[in-house]
Amino acid sequence: MSQPQAAVGAAVPRVDARLRVTGQAKYAADNSPDGVVHAVIVESSVGRGRVTGIDARAAEAQPGVLKVISHLNAPKLPPVEGRFPPGKPLRAFQDDRVRFFGQPVAVAVATTLEIAQHAASLMKVSYDAEISLTDLSVADAAGETQTYARGDADRALEAAAVRLESTYRTARNHHNPMEPAGIVARWDGDRLTVWEKTQWVQGTVFNLSGEFGMPPDRIRVISPFVGGAFGNAARTWVHSVIAAMAAREVERPVKLVLTRRQMYFAVGYRPAYEYGLRLGSDRRGRLTASTHDVRAESSRYETYSESVLVPGRMLYSTPNVRQAYDHVPLDVSTPWFMRGPGYSSGAYPVESAMDELAHELGVDPIELRLRNEPADDESSSLPFSTRRLRECYRAGAREFGWHRRNPKPRSTRDGDWLIGMGMAAGVYDTMRSQAQASVRLDADGTALVQSATSDMGPGTATSMSQVAADALGLTMRQVVFRLGDSLMPPAPVHAGSQTMASVGSAVQDGCDNLRKQAITLAVNDEGSPLYGADSADIVIRGGRLSLKDEPTRGETYRRLLARNERTHLEVLGSYAGPSGPEKFSLYAYAAIFAEVAVDARLGLVRVRRMLGAYDAARIVNPRLADSQAIGAMTGGIGQALLEHTVTDHRDGRIVNANLADYLVPTHADMPDLKAIFIDGQDYEADPIGVKGLGEVVIVGVAPAIANAVFNATGRRIRELPITAEALL
Amino acid sequence: MHPFTYTKAADMREALSAGRRGGRYIAGGTTLVDLMRETVERPGSLVDISTLPLREVTVTERGGLRIGALVSMAEAGAHPKVRALYPVICEALELSASAQLRNMATIGGNIMQRTRCTYFRDVTAACNKRDPGSGCAALQGYNRNHAILGTSDSCVATHPSDLAVALAALDSTVRLLGPDGERTLPLVDFLLKPGSTPNREQALRKGELITAVEIPALPRPLKSGYLKVRDRQSYEFALTSAAVALHVRGGVIREAKVAAGGVGTVPWKLPTVERHLIGERPSHRLWAEAAEHAADGAHPLTHNGFKAELLKRTVERRLRTVGGTA
Amino acid sequence: MVGGVVTGPPVHAAEDAVAAEVPPGSRVSLTVNGVRRTVTIDNRTSLLDLLREHFGLTGSKKGCNAGACGACTVLVDGRRVNSCLTLAVRLEGAEVTTIEGLAKGDRLHPLQQAFIDQDAFQCGFCTPGQIVSGVGCIQEGHTGSAEEIREWMSGNLCRCGCYVKIERAVEQAAGRK
Repeated sequence: MSQPQAAVGAAVPRVDARLRVTGQAKYAADNSPDGVVHAVIVESSVGRGRVTGIDARAAEAQPGVLKVISHLNAPKLPPVEGRFPPGKPLRAFQDDRVRFFGQPVAVAVATTLEIAQHAASLMKVSYDAEISLTDLSVADAAGETQTYARGDADRALEAAAVRLESTYRTARNHHNPMEPAGIVARWDGDRLTVWEKTQWVQGTVFNLSGEFGMPPDRIRVISPFVGGAFGNAARTWVHSVIAAMAAREVERPVKLVLTRRQMYFAVGYRPAYEYGLRLGSDRRGRLTASTHDVRAESSRYETYSESVLVPGRMLYSTPNVRQAYDHVPLDVSTPWFMRGPGYSSGAYPVESAMDELAHELGVDPIELRLRNEPADDESSSLPFSTRRLRECYRAGAREFGWHRRNPKPRSTRDGDWLIGMGMAAGVYDTMRSQAQASVRLDADGTALVQSATSDMGPGTATSMSQVAADALGLTMRQVVFRLGDSLMPPAPVHAGSQTMASVGSAVQDGCDNLRKQAITLAVNDEGSPLYGADSADIVIRGGRLSLKDEPTRGETYRRLLARNERTHLEVLGSYAGPSGPEKFSLYAYAAIFAEVAVDARLGLVRVRRMLGAYDAARIVNPRLADSQAIGAMTGGIGQALLEHTVTDHRDGRIVNANLADYLVPTHADMPDLKAIFIDGQDYEADPIGVKGLGEVVIVGVAPAIANAVFNATGRRIRELPITAEALL
Repeated sequence: MHPFTYTKAADMREALSAGRRGGRYIAGGTTLVDLMRETVERPGSLVDISTLPLREVTVTERGGLRIGALVSMAEAGAHPKVRALYPVICEALELSASAQLRNMATIGGNIMQRTRCTYFRDVTAACNKRDPGSGCAALQGYNRNHAILGTSDSCVATHPSDLAVALAALDSTVRLLGPDGERTLPLVDFLLKPGSTPNREQALRKGELITAVEIPALPRPLKSGYLKVRDRQSYEFALTSAAVALHVRGGVIREAKVAAGGVGTVPWKLPTVERHLIGERPSHRLWAEAAEHAADGAHPLTHNGFKAELLKRTVERRLRTVGGTA
Repeated sequence: MVGGVVTGPPVHAAEDAVAAEVPPGSRVSLTVNGVRRTVTIDNRTSLLDLLREHFGLTGSKKGCNAGACGACTVLVDGRRVNSCLTLAVRLEGAEVTTIEGLAKGDRLHPLQQAFIDQDAFQCGFCTPGQIVSGVGCIQEGHTGSAEEIREWMSGNLCRCGCYVKIERAVEQAAGRK
């Protein structure tokens, strides 16, 4: 009983496009419940120490100021357990400690935004400051080293015919979604409603429930639109607690939106890394050993870690691998997942070194990678579910015109510009989690599908509608998918490229079941033209049930429901997620190609064109997939060439905490970008055969660019971003 | 933002009278409002001068150009006379900021714009420019974007304007009107190096306002151009920049105007470079030799040492593209 | 404040002469999307906050509040500007057009339709500013080439990375003119 696939795989436009192009899409801060007032956070101006005094008199004297809250007068909150990262999460004004520069130390609440901002600027906070340590390059690691080993890498390295050894450094990057973090909190008696920018409405329910010691069923979180996040709205940060606290204190709904500057202190970042890498190979370029010694920044109050070591242990066949990951606790706020977390940082050294090895050996970089394609996942000894990286290389090279690359650096010139091509591989693991979706078919023949998931940009409502439309046998117009409300059936955090696999599978399950229910109803209904038919012979198209081989015999959902006097059919679809140990190694793959122009005299790098070839298994909507892929190339260009959060290590101040000084790519930085997707499905991963896309598309972008810079100039840059001063 | 009173000046007299009483003039407002929001600027009263009759672009009697202070950056950059006579000005304008900001910001305000120094903009940091005597956090701090020329122990903040670099190269003057009447100052005297008083950025008297900038007539034909070097391709302040104008007759450079941006506490004239060029014939070697002097007297800081070499190359490149090699 | 250890309050010069008084306000009349509106506002109110917090026109977005991202772009008297850096009190008699004012009833503005056709957005947050800026860009005539569009649209950041498609959308709408 297979349904025809009409919507899935089609490049249909976004279902919510009209709302987004007319300004009608309501993001968190666009909500203004009756009586709403405004809160503005005051952040610490020292990097470590204690708050010794808060003079709020001038602020409180402003007409319209309702309250100033700090640790001096904040209500005591119950203790909470940190789950991830391990440690003690930052709380809202529960003590006088300053853990990092920019930590919230007070909040001013006033009737208007102008008054609240002014009041916040009038607050006089005094500190007993201590010397803060924020420099990864000089600080010591602490705590347990995470290690991994197979074989004897150090010995194999000594014996290797070819050896490379280098240290790579990557800068701290900030997500900088265009929408700042924001929340509107309203209490109705002991019930709390929040409109929050979040990738996980039910995560916010859980966390606020813990913060305020109240039952989760008294909290509702609404977040139908998320203005980009890239990970940083996948945690309930302290400002959300502050907003809810303030709303309770002033007994009015409170709107709190972080300033762009506060976004650099308050909502996580991709941590800076030092990555020491040694590679050993034989003369033909077959890897024999590698060692990976990683130092990563984290805060002192939480120990954050991410999968930076994975590419180095599973991307290539290497019998001997040793890895060590050390945390360097600093007086900084805690890092957090940012697009392609870990993988995008780890791919840079690994893929740069592979390029270097290819150059040393005089082997084409793709050929070198093919010589090191593993038969199975050597880090887990599991077979790959699917791994079409070879196809990615092949299709990508063909489409990009890789054969035109001259392997000799500095050999292609265009006026003042040196031209170079580079490539790199990318990988990201396929995550899935349990999820549910409610499906309701109404008497008018339209369906409403709901799940408490989110859409930070990939087009969740669109792709879910496609899955639902096919499984229900409806057109896209007959299906509505809603998300972003904690009252909806549970969904996992909208992160880690797991939404399609998890929520999509739940949607498909629910829709399949509902369709079967309708078919059962029809074949058992004497009034139906399908009475007595075999359920397996019935397909549904455009809301009409009919026999596969006799399309004229059938009827619509509408007639079926009307005759049976049913107002609707309803089903809860679910996906259990993986259970028990994985039987397969599940990853999505990418091959990224870049052509750059380098003005070596002026130190300028301009990406001229890029192409990505992806093995993400099934592509539900090629139009949306294309947007995600080229969007991630854009982000990767930023990571490679522009983005660098700079800290003044004297006091932990972030000195470029704004969008004029923290540089993200502009329109003018955009070259020609192209994405191609290798056909396939992966049903070992999940019932709908997808491997996840949003993360893998950024992994490999930065090293592809760095490798192209080498091809153009002969300069191997081992630090991101690649700046003018590094090239001069 | 601190509270302020607001008045819109109906005419010049009203504006000057409000200015004399301590009112702060606001034109495009793109710098002022931004800095008021950061509480770096805290004027108690704003005098809106946007409707004053200072929007003309005229050719002066002697063949120079006068651009009214309230002409927007967009209008000036698109003006046929500016484009025809001084491409370097149009290029500097169109490489500045964004289309939106250029629609708002004015020529007078552009010259008056304040530094992007991160410590200046952060009221919790030490800054002699913002808070005299508090120290300079940039000297020992993160100073990649800071100046290497015209600096002092008190301040190393870069003047951010591209336009002012082009205007300085062309020996432009600034017309001022104040309670005591009208006067004209060379741009390079109007903008002040920090010395020990970095809080004083312009040679403005109380209540004075800019009415126009004037670019003198220069011998024709005049080739000119602006090169801005920056990390990203648009919407960023300069790492280095060079404004160049050359008058070549009979195969010999008769007049050379060169100034640099992104490197100075004020738009930085390069008279030594100019002297090297005048009387010589264009050649690759000449451009390189002249540009070798572009960073004379530079005082690099911890993170901006690369600017000295980059500046030389920027000047050389712009000389070459403007001057070609006859 | 140079050097490691700091004590005492953050640096603030003497100020607050106007503290504890009702902040100065003004009455201003302006036209927004064809509708004349008169309001009394705190002088500090930006056009962006006036639109969002007073008029309920939340299509214009606050991305940086500093003129560095373009999400707040609106047309004032036909020219695209950053509404976050525009003091509303200065707009007596002005005509403002926001993203909410571009469509004619149910008929989308050609650039809005082009954004849908080209899939020129993902999260949609910068989209209103991009579209209004694109309308300005087309009116200004800076659509001669892809390169020109890119340069003249660079005042609008998009973090999802939809630039390539936004450029195509502007091109599409400009071609229709």
